[in-house]
Amino acid sequence: MGKVIVMTSGKGGVGKTTTSAAFSAGLASRGHKTVVIDFDVGLRNLDLIMGCERRVVFDFVHVINGDARLNQALIRDKRLEHLYILPTSQTRDKDALTREGVERVLTELREQFEYIICDSPAGIERGALMALYFADEAIIVTNPEVSSVRDSDRILGVLQSRSRRAEEGLDPVREHLLLSRYDPERVERGEMMKVDDVLEILAIPLLGVIPESRSVLKASNVGTPVILDPQSAAGDAYRDAVGRFLGESLPFRFMRPERRGLFQRFLRRSA
Amino acid sequence: MNILSFLRPKSTLPTAEQAKERLKIVLAHERSYASAPDYLPRLQNEILQVIARYVELEQDKLTVKLENFGSTSRLEVNIDLPKTAASVAVSPANQADRTSDDEATAADDPATDARAVS
Ligand SMILES: Nc1ncnc2c1ncn2[C@@H]1O[C@H](COP(=O)(O)OP(=O)(O)O)[C@@H](O)[C@H]1O
Ligand SMILES: [Mg+2]
Repeated sequence: MGKVIVMTSGKGGVGKTTTSAAFSAGLASRGHKTVVIDFDVGLRNLDLIMGCERRVVFDFVHVINGDARLNQALIRDKRLEHLYILPTSQTRDKDALTREGVERVLTELREQFEYIICDSPAGIERGALMALYFADEAIIVTNPEVSSVRDSDRILGVLQSRSRRAEEGLDPVREHLLLSRYDPERVERGEMMKVDDVLEILAIPLLGVIPESRSVLKASNVGTPVILDPQSAAGDAYRDAVGRFLGESLPFRFMRPERRGLFQRFLRRSA
Repeated sequence: MNILSFLRPKSTLPTAEQAKERLKIVLAHERSYASAPDYLPRLQNEILQVIARYVELEQDKLTVKLENFGSTSRLEVNIDLPKTAASVAVSPANQADRTSDDEATAADDPATDARAVS
C-alpha cells in the first residue's frame, strides 16, 4: 500500500511545486515507484517543472469525472523509469475535485505506487484541503519569513483537525518541516530568521534546509527537477532531505555561509 | 561616539529577532482561537445579549476564550464595562437589591473578569 505525502504551506510561492518535483524525482531515482499529482486545478504548473507539458492529453479531472482511465492520464517520466506524473486541468476550477473522486484515484494509485506526492495549491480552502485530506505524511514547505511561518502554523492546525486521519481518530499525519529559500549570509547578518528560530516556533521535526539557489530557476527553465542537477546546492540539499525521509541520518548542510575567496566568488558568478 | 550614531534606530535588535518575537506573540494568540469550538461565537453573542439587557455594551468589549489545560479547559469571559455603566440601569431587570458596596467595587474595577472552570 502506497503512502500519500502532501507538500503544503498555506502561502503561495514558497517552493511546494519545486519540492514536489524534487522529492518525486529523488524517490524515483532511488528505485521507489512514485507518482506526483498536481492538485493546483486551474493553475497547472507541475507539468512545466517536470518538463512534460507537451505530453499532457488527459488529466486528473478527466479521471475524476470518468472521462479517462487513470493509466491514460499518467505520464511516464522520460528520465526516471519509476516516476509518473498526473497533471491537472488548466481549464477547470478547484470545485472539479470531489472528495469521493480524489479518494477513488488515490486508492487506485496506492495499489500501483510506493509514494504518492500531492502538490498542494496555496491557501487553506477547498483545493488545499483536498490535497491534504488523505495524507499520511505532510511536508510543510516554509520560507524563513513571517507570513510564511504564520501560514505554516495555520496549515499545521488544519492537518491536525481536518485531515482524514484527524477526523477518523487514526494516527496523526506525520509532519516534516522543509525550510526553503534559506540564505545563510542574510541569516548571519541578522536579516533572516535562522533555522532554530523557525523550529522553535513551529515545533515539528526538520527534514531539510534548502538554500536559496540560482540553479532552481535554471532547472525550471528547462523542465528538469533541480534534484537531478548534480552541481546544485539546492539539489544536494534536496537529495539529503529525501535520504532523511527514507530514514537516513545525514548532517545538515548549507546552513552557514560559504567562506570563499574573491577568485572563487568570481568563478561561481560565471558558473 | 560616532557622530552619525543618532541616525541609527534605537532598537538594536536585528530584524530577524524582531520577526521571531512578533511571530511568537501573534501565533500564541491565533492558536488559542484555532482550537476554539465552533459554538464559541454564538456563546459570545448570547452572553452579549444578556449583558445588554442591563448595560449598554459594545461588541468588542466582550471576549470569550477557551483554553485547554490537560484534562480540563478554562472558559474565560472578559467584559470591559464602561465606567458609568456599572451603576446605570438599562432595564427593570436591574432593579434587584444591589447594595452600595457592590456598586463601589464595580466602579473601582470597570473590567469585570468572570472565569469558570469546566
Ligand atoms: N531554493 C530556491 N532558491 C531559489 N528560488 C527558489 C527556490 N525554491 C523555489 N524557488 C522559486 O520560487 C518560486 C516559487 O516556487 P514554487 O515551487 O512554484 O512555489 P509554490 O508551488 O509553493 O507556489 C519559483 O520561481 C521558484 O523557481
Ligand atoms: Mg505550486
